[in-house]
Amino acid sequence: MRLAFIARRLAMLIASLLVASFVIFGALYLAPGNPIAALSGGRSLPPSSLRVLEARYHLNQPFLAQYWHWLSNAVHGNLGISITLRENVTTLIASRIWTTAGLVLYASLIILVLGIGMGLLGGLRPGLLDTSVLVSSAVSAAIPSFVAAIMLIALFAVKLRWFPALGNGTDLLSNLRHFTLPAFALALSSLAIVARVTRSAIREEADREHVQTAVSRGIPRRQLVRRHILRNAAIPITTISGITIASLIAVAAVVETAFSLNGLGAYLVTSAQDKDLAVVQGISLVLVTAFVVINVAVDLAYAVLDPRVSLGSRAT
Amino acid sequence: MSTAVPLVTVRAPHRGGRAVGMLRGTGPAGVVSAVVIGVATIVAAIGPLLAPYSPTLPNLALAFVGPTGGHVLGFDYEGRDVLSRLLAGAQSSMLGPLAVVIGALLAGTLLAVIAAWRRGLADAVISSGLDILFAFPGILLAVLAAAVFGAGLPAAAISLAIAYMPYVARVLRGAALKERSQPYVAALEVQGASATTICLRHIVPNIMPLIVAQATILFGYAMVDLAAVSFLGLGVQPPAANWGVMISENQVGIPQGYPLPALAAGACIVAVVIAFNVLGERLFEQAQARQ
Amino acid sequence: MSAVQAGAGAAEATVRSAEPLLEVDGLTVRLRVEGAQRSVLRDVSISVSPGEAVGLVGESGSGKSMTARAIDRLLPRGAEVSGQIRFGGADVMALSGAALRGYRNQVAMIFQDPRAHVNPVRRIGDFMTEALRTNLDVPPGEASRRAADMLGQVGIADGARRLRQYPHELSGGMLQRVMIAAALLTEPKLLLADEPTTALDVTTQAEVMAILDDLRREFGLAMLFITHDLELAAAICDRTAVMYAGQIVEVRESALLHDDPLHPYTAALSAARPDIAQTAQRLAAIPGRPLSAFEAPDSECAFAPRCPHAQDICRAENPELIGLDGGLSRCARALDLRGRLLPGHLLPGSAEGGHADA
Repeated sequence: MRLAFIARRLAMLIASLLVASFVIFGALYLAPGNPIAALSGGRSLPPSSLRVLEARYHLNQPFLAQYWHWLSNAVHGNLGISITLRENVTTLIASRIWTTAGLVLYASLIILVLGIGMGLLGGLRPGLLDTSVLVSSAVSAAIPSFVAAIMLIALFAVKLRWFPALGNGTDLLSNLRHFTLPAFALALSSLAIVARVTRSAIREEADREHVQTAVSRGIPRRQLVRRHILRNAAIPITTISGITIASLIAVAAVVETAFSLNGLGAYLVTSAQDKDLAVVQGISLVLVTAFVVINVAVDLAYAVLDPRVSLGSRAT
Repeated sequence: MSTAVPLVTVRAPHRGGRAVGMLRGTGPAGVVSAVVIGVATIVAAIGPLLAPYSPTLPNLALAFVGPTGGHVLGFDYEGRDVLSRLLAGAQSSMLGPLAVVIGALLAGTLLAVIAAWRRGLADAVISSGLDILFAFPGILLAVLAAAVFGAGLPAAAISLAIAYMPYVARVLRGAALKERSQPYVAALEVQGASATTICLRHIVPNIMPLIVAQATILFGYAMVDLAAVSFLGLGVQPPAANWGVMISENQVGIPQGYPLPALAAGACIVAVVIAFNVLGERLFEQAQARQ
Repeated sequence: MSAVQAGAGAAEATVRSAEPLLEVDGLTVRLRVEGAQRSVLRDVSISVSPGEAVGLVGESGSGKSMTARAIDRLLPRGAEVSGQIRFGGADVMALSGAALRGYRNQVAMIFQDPRAHVNPVRRIGDFMTEALRTNLDVPPGEASRRAADMLGQVGIADGARRLRQYPHELSGGMLQRVMIAAALLTEPKLLLADEPTTALDVTTQAEVMAILDDLRREFGLAMLFITHDLELAAAICDRTAVMYAGQIVEVRESALLHDDPLHPYTAALSAARPDIAQTAQRLAAIPGRPLSAFEAPDSECAFAPRCPHAQDICRAENPELIGLDGGLSRCARALDLRGRLLPGHLLPGSAEGGHADA
């Protein structure tokens, strides 16, 4: 039963990636003008360059064949050439991917540790702690990352001078310093959502009838919390954590831009402004793949945690 | 004694007068939020008229001067009055999300109702299609659209509407399925009502509280995403007034010790988004309680 | 001391056997609901002797489930409890720590909806052996063996395989049997069965009831059996108590309950149950709706508004429990109505000539 769920989910993964890549590739034809115009991004190129573009993208062949060529190239690691920098897109991505990955990872840690932690405290201990968790999360959930970014820069970088305002670091330690404010800006609103969902999941589980059964049998409180409340609440908590972490991938672009970090997201934005379509397509493909993979991982984790799941996708 | 017994009473469609009742049911927090939203809407409508000074004319001599005289919020990086620019910026900051929400709701409701009504193959196809659409985060789609069609509000708004549509459809599909299996629908079918009539005049009105709640919550998200896209320079273009644009153009002032213009714009965004989130959540709880 | 009170004292002495296992004495419970304190139980007294099965019957809101929860100390936060609950002589409300755990091992509760009361993400074996392993320090292998054995006793074959399954893989009836088996594993002295078959379909109900009854007798356990079904309680319990609006209104030997009730409410409950052997033009029903404890005024008999025999004396004050003929009744007119509370003879307009055997 669960194997069928997993198989179905993996099939959806492949289908999603195929459709996404199709849309990303098809953007070439959605652009006004012909594909050559889109690829050259409004620049006038010498005829020799145009011929190279035509050959590389197989523009004389039918649409589906072009798509196939592009896709198989992509899967083999060849994502084309940047029109502005005249370099391999793959190389350009590779040099920036660790910045983004590091940022997302750092932010994820913050979300998991602080978000789930605060939610646990609020859920298990009613009272003042709980109310303050609720209020602070309601406010911070509404603060978009770029607003959080400028607030954090204004306070911690400019006024207090605890952290640098912009740019990447040079080694691990300075990277940590440079990435702290961006990671918090990225994590802030997601942290709030995870804290609230964690808190209400724990509250709900604590009120459930099967917990009453355990109480009536004299199971000690610590074991009760661990084996019956937390274990069951882990299902919605894992789901929301996974979903919010996946969403970090897109929002990272905004935070990288605000902090002038040399990551994939910021590069995506500048390429979009420069209309360097090959780069935009390449980065979009990477980001969408990461997004889909994380979502599928969440679904699989859900299947592991909840033995009831059969064929449907997880309920939100 | 009469032997005729009505088997099923057909539920009357909701009326607009319930709006006030729904609002009162959201508690003090909901009412305050509604007021904030109301104010923001009014400012969006007549903002440029309210602005005491020109929101667009630059005067570099006054760049980043602090609050003085009649300028309560000071000047921005091009010497323009911050308050005026905020008031003028409300328009694009609110209209953009409105377009996104309308688009996502129309498409999402349509697909949800079709999927719930037809069930079977149509439902499977639509649900799978929606599942696949979930692969695109809103901002990513907006950036892609900007690369293809050029930067600007329309492209961003349309791409966000497409990206949000699956979320709306999923929630509404569940509710529509529940409505579909109510006895009154079967009664109407037996009486010969057409599918369109039943869907439009009975099912949709009955899930309207949920639709309204979704719209409200979605507005908040759309506002954040659109402001982010404008912040990135891919949405509303300067020198047009827009809260997201204002943050990005005034960001340079922060390291120089002039955070006010950027923070003021940020505060406007946050205030309105909180209002929509709070109101939306309360409406959502209400809608769920009815089911 | 009045004659009635003397009679009550003597009657209670005969109704209660020596050395009861469980004694509930004047239990009054108020719950915090939406900021206000609401009465749910009013001066409830009942006792259960070792090996005895006592039924507790009532409609929704009568307080029967709440009584069981009070006994098992499962009341929600903020509940005000007065009165005493004694188990084996010890004050239950005062227990804590190891003593409380010991009490919980000796009193096992079987809940109404098995699917809600069994943790869905843990295996059956885990559920059944949890108390054994945690409280009684039984090693896991031995605990599983006992669990598999007990499953056999409740009529579930292939116990070892079932232990590895998850709750959603079992039907409602099987799950309830699992719950019963799990309850018996800690070798309790008292079973609190809270409507154990209400959530099941009718054929399964009969099976599960049979198993519960058989095993109870086999292990010599005392049982407090809570249900809304008067006939069911009377069938498997030695004594039956009837509750209304948070109070006990009648206690009687089950055999006498149907033919010789002491309280109009009991008679009405009996009459309201459709009997397949009789034809009637109209189903007998009690007019009005059952009151919850907090809705009933303390100044009169709670059942008076719906009672066909109500007179001024019933509205003067809330009657005390009176002892009559080996039973107890909370009816101000109990002595008057003695012998006249037979089914079919009490409801105004109930089918004249509708009953085949009057």
